[in-house]
Amino acid sequence: MSIQILLTNTEQGLIYSLVALGLYISYRTLDIADLTTDGSFTLGIACSAILTSLGHPVLGLAAALIAGALAGGVTAVLQTKLGVQPILAGIITMTGLYSINLMIMGKSNLTLLRVDTLFRWADGLMPYGTLVLALVFAVVCAVLLVLFLRTQLGLSLRATGDNRDMVAASSINPAFTTTVGLCIANALIAVSGGLLAQQQGYGDLTLGTGMVVIGLASLVIGEVLVGRGGIVRGVVGALIGSIIYRVLTGIALTSNLGASNLKLVSAVIVAAAISWPAVRDKILFYKKRKEADKEC
Amino acid sequence: MLTLTNVSKTFNPGTVNEKKALENLSLHLEPGDFVTIIGGNGAGKSTLFNAIAGSFFVDRGRILLDGDDMTFRPEYKRSRYVGRLFQDPLKGTAPHMTIEENMALAYLRTAKASSAFSTITKKDRDYFAQRLAALGLGLEDRLKQPVGLLSGGQRQALTLLMATLVTPKLLLLDEHTAALDPGTAEKVLELTRKIVSENKITCLMITHNISSALELGNRTIMMDGGKIVLDISGEERAHTTVDGLLEKFRTKTNKVLDNDRILLSE
Repeated sequence: MSIQILLTNTEQGLIYSLVALGLYISYRTLDIADLTTDGSFTLGIACSAILTSLGHPVLGLAAALIAGALAGGVTAVLQTKLGVQPILAGIITMTGLYSINLMIMGKSNLTLLRVDTLFRWADGLMPYGTLVLALVFAVVCAVLLVLFLRTQLGLSLRATGDNRDMVAASSINPAFTTTVGLCIANALIAVSGGLLAQQQGYGDLTLGTGMVVIGLASLVIGEVLVGRGGIVRGVVGALIGSIIYRVLTGIALTSNLGASNLKLVSAVIVAAAISWPAVRDKILFYKKRKEADKEC
Repeated sequence: MLTLTNVSKTFNPGTVNEKKALENLSLHLEPGDFVTIIGGNGAGKSTLFNAIAGSFFVDRGRILLDGDDMTFRPEYKRSRYVGRLFQDPLKGTAPHMTIEENMALAYLRTAKASSAFSTITKKDRDYFAQRLAALGLGLEDRLKQPVGLLSGGQRQALTLLMATLVTPKLLLLDEHTAALDPGTAEKVLELTRKIVSENKITCLMITHNISSALELGNRTIMMDGGKIVLDISGEERAHTTVDGLLEKFRTKTNKVLDNDRILLSE
């Protein structure tokens, strides 16, 4: 793999790390498997691509942020106020967003070749501008997230995912904290999509497919490397995991594994990592039984 | 302090599983009252707590706390004034958050002039350590440890401290020592007595231990079939023995207090 490809993958890894940070909030902190992710990532692409093509890249990102938060809000209202199961709430929003994203972009892909993007501006400013800008976005979001999770609202949000029994009995409104969490998570995810569209120079509505699994795979890779426990560790893990996942993608693309098999690999990683505790318990149980059999 | 007027709650109305959990129940507590509640399984003790705390809304009746009508207020709003402990020590704390963060949840929310974005300050931390030290469990040196590492008794003591960190108008204790071993239960009960009397908290406590029901507090209520069947305080209570109370239950309800735990704990 050439240095150039490694560089591109690292840039993308930093951009995708916002998805992992979003899932750190919804999946790890709130304990909700939020399938809005696929839709809100694409929503970010659509908002950012259309506004960038009209000459407003910054506005594009701002629109992605707001639209992503709104998408998270819709999912939150469905599950907290209207009694829709969390998984289904995400699927409903994601499905609805499919049409909305097409409406925003007008067609399913849009190239941004002759327009200004934030990354082109950064490249004009300094060498490795794209990498620096992606790094700035990832680090700023990560730091803000850590600081937020330590505030009173952040603590309430973590408690909501950690012990639902406790929450209502401690004057925290779980509907409110869930809504705040899902809005922030999907805002981050949409910004990630928005940045990606500008970095790649095109927006494509199929890019969001399977994003929740990709994000979780990144999160899991990060957890394996830096361990779990503590917010700082979780957030750093999300960042590192995303970069490694993208570099692995790059290797897969240049080898003959083929890009189309990559989603299968992600699915296997996520399934294996999440089922690991259950598998481990089963193995321990059989070991115990075998020993007990021997003793008789 | 707390006034319940003709409160009724029926579960699964109109079905074969219909259960009248509370029937026209009225209860009035003076400030500083410490009331112990006893009764068999299904007597409506926990339902009464759920009604007061707002886990559900009652079908009929009114619930007033310190003059405020709480009847239709959601649980999370009532819990600003109502502290609650459950039998299960795991219910009251967040296991993956540190002791300090758990206490901050209980404290920052109700502390004056706190915004959604306030964080734990040095001053808060010192205050938490000081309050923890009063428990005498050595938890003040473990502020940064996740609560999941604590034993059941330590977690229940911490929950008690959190519920009273900002003095609540009313404290509900639902058999909060029943899941602990006898030694730990005694210790948590002693802490309860200390914290409640020091802060003059109005308190309702469900217990299956009839001797501690008579020993703790200033008033004892007995429930059966969603109603209060016996309510004793003052002189009358002072002269009541465990056997006497069981006898009163038999005459009032025409049945024996049919609970193993009660019989065993005599």
